[in-house]
Amino acid sequence: MQQTDPVRRSTAPQVPPVHPRKLNKVPFVEFSDGRLQGVVSSGSDVTRVYVSSISAGDHGLDCSTNNNRPCGGLGASPCKHIQSLLAEAENQFGSARVARYLGIEVAEGGGLLGGLHPVRAKGQAAEVFSSFLRHLAYLELPVSVEPLSEMQWFPAGPVQL
Amino acid sequence: MVPGRAGAAVILADALNRVPEGLTEAMALVDGLDDALVHGLGRPDESHLSALANLAAVFAGSPLAEPVNEAVGKIEAGSVTDEHLLALAGARCALLGAAHDALLAGLDQALSRTRSELVALAPRRSAPAGVRSWLRELAITGWRGVDHEIAAAGARAVPGLLEDPQYRRLAVLVDGLAAELRAAAPVATQPQVPARRWADLWARALLTAQADVPVSPVNGRFLILGADLREHPTAFQVQVHGLLESGAEVRLARTSLTAAKVDTITGASVWRLLEDFPVLLTALAKHQSVELTGMPQTAFGDLLWDDSRAVAGEVTDPFATARVRLGGAVAASVAPLERHPAAILEPVLLEGYQTGEGRIDLGGAVLDVDPLPAAGPITPAMVAASSACIGLLRHDTGGWSVRPLAVQALVRKKPVEAHTGDWALGPTEPKAAKAEALAGAAVEVLRERAGRLLRK
Ligand SMILES: [Zn+2]
Repeated sequence: MQQTDPVRRSTAPQVPPVHPRKLNKVPFVEFSDGRLQGVVSSGSDVTRVYVSSISAGDHGLDCSTNNNRPCGGLGASPCKHIQSLLAEAENQFGSARVARYLGIEVAEGGGLLGGLHPVRAKGQAAEVFSSFLRHLAYLELPVSVEPLSEMQWFPAGPVQL
Repeated sequence: MVPGRAGAAVILADALNRVPEGLTEAMALVDGLDDALVHGLGRPDESHLSALANLAAVFAGSPLAEPVNEAVGKIEAGSVTDEHLLALAGARCALLGAAHDALLAGLDQALSRTRSELVALAPRRSAPAGVRSWLRELAITGWRGVDHEIAAAGARAVPGLLEDPQYRRLAVLVDGLAAELRAAAPVATQPQVPARRWADLWARALLTAQADVPVSPVNGRFLILGADLREHPTAFQVQVHGLLESGAEVRLARTSLTAAKVDTITGASVWRLLEDFPVLLTALAKHQSVELTGMPQTAFGDLLWDDSRAVAGEVTDPFATARVRLGGAVAASVAPLERHPAAILEPVLLEGYQTGEGRIDLGGAVLDVDPLPAAGPITPAMVAASSACIGLLRHDTGGWSVRPLAVQALVRKKPVEAHTGDWALGPTEPKAAKAEALAGAAVEVLRERAGRLLRK
């Protein structure tokens, strides 16, 4: 029978799988560099995407196209792209993790959006977009038939912490 | 239960309860190093220095004695170089290797399992400088000191690794570790640190040396026992365990397919990433045997799967395979750097047991049941209702557990059977199929974007 000391366990993965969600509108969301950031599809033009970000702590908002044109919808309040980014991040990671990372205090019965106290800030649109391209590049890699025994440390299934 | 099986169950239970001589002491030495890595080798305190000295002492008279002693001395003096870290990782690997050998020998004896001769290997290349410097920084800082920045540095090394197929192993490993560190950063705020796990991954990355493993073509019938599924945010792997029948000889064999993915592709949709291997996937889903012609196989029993060298055979019940053929099958030897207690994954057939909450009681030995993957149909309820199980025996946290690959059970008085590979061509259960259809669109959406943005 097992002792269940998680400190001495080799094969308990630590990252819970994210919740599956529809990716059409917001294909990419990440926590990086002190920001929640991602890529939001334009509703009207398939070749255009918006790169949106919310900084942790001071809730600095930024939104621009991948060609660095500022989003016309972003004023004192979040544009629809930032709203979509936040909503999909919530779907993917769960609201608790998003609130913890961004430092949002959610009022009773309120949503994450209501807890933002946004200011305008400069994000890193070019970097976020290249991060998205690196993300997509994983799907271009061929399947490996080598044993890759490292994966023994990552059994699929719910996370046991 | 047939009398022969009852006797075998008692022998197995005895083996599972026995703690090999020296195991506790070896693991205590490993724990000492692991705890020093939690704190960081950059500024070790007295307790960590004495743990490292104990580690050095046990290697007295061996070829590792000098490098380990020197490493401990230099760490005490406040300097840490890659050579010193390699010596410590090597010492840790040697202790865990010995623990692995003792545990596996006991299990082999209980299962009457013979194993082929050990194959020696000469390592060729080690981790590139970028990865080594990240591993050094982690060791100096200690897990407790890992912040967002150090965690992110690991992921930055990955795109370069992925460009070279030789570094795919290392890329998969570094990406998996970096994702865990990112999710836990700043680690100082975490209530506890998975010290052994992260030290395992760290040491493995440091020691991952590509070696030329002998490969030769094999012919015969591959009888599938079951599929073990592995996943982290950027990789999905199915490892198929089975028996390779060629002439009168039956050997245990494995094959692994690893697809790169992103975190938003998960659940049963991961199977879509392996669509270029229809013969193997169909064999899993439909319980077929597979005829192999000239399939490359390593000296350690791994088939390097080539779908064009495989032809579907007849429907074959994995439980029948396990009952009739598994007993006498010869197992492959284990590659030197793969020897680690947590790397023991021995296919077994368990029958005539009692089940409890998350446990299988063999009558004399109790096995914890591993978490079950979302990409397959086996549920905890099925395991609880089961009377037979094909599983992998594993050793972790000082005890044995079982990872079910297939179960036979009575659910509402009806016999049911489920295998982890049953959904290889998509879920067969309506509710899961509906969820998969929704989530599976993620694969298509991202592939379409990749096609447009990366190949324009
Ligand atoms: Zn916008």
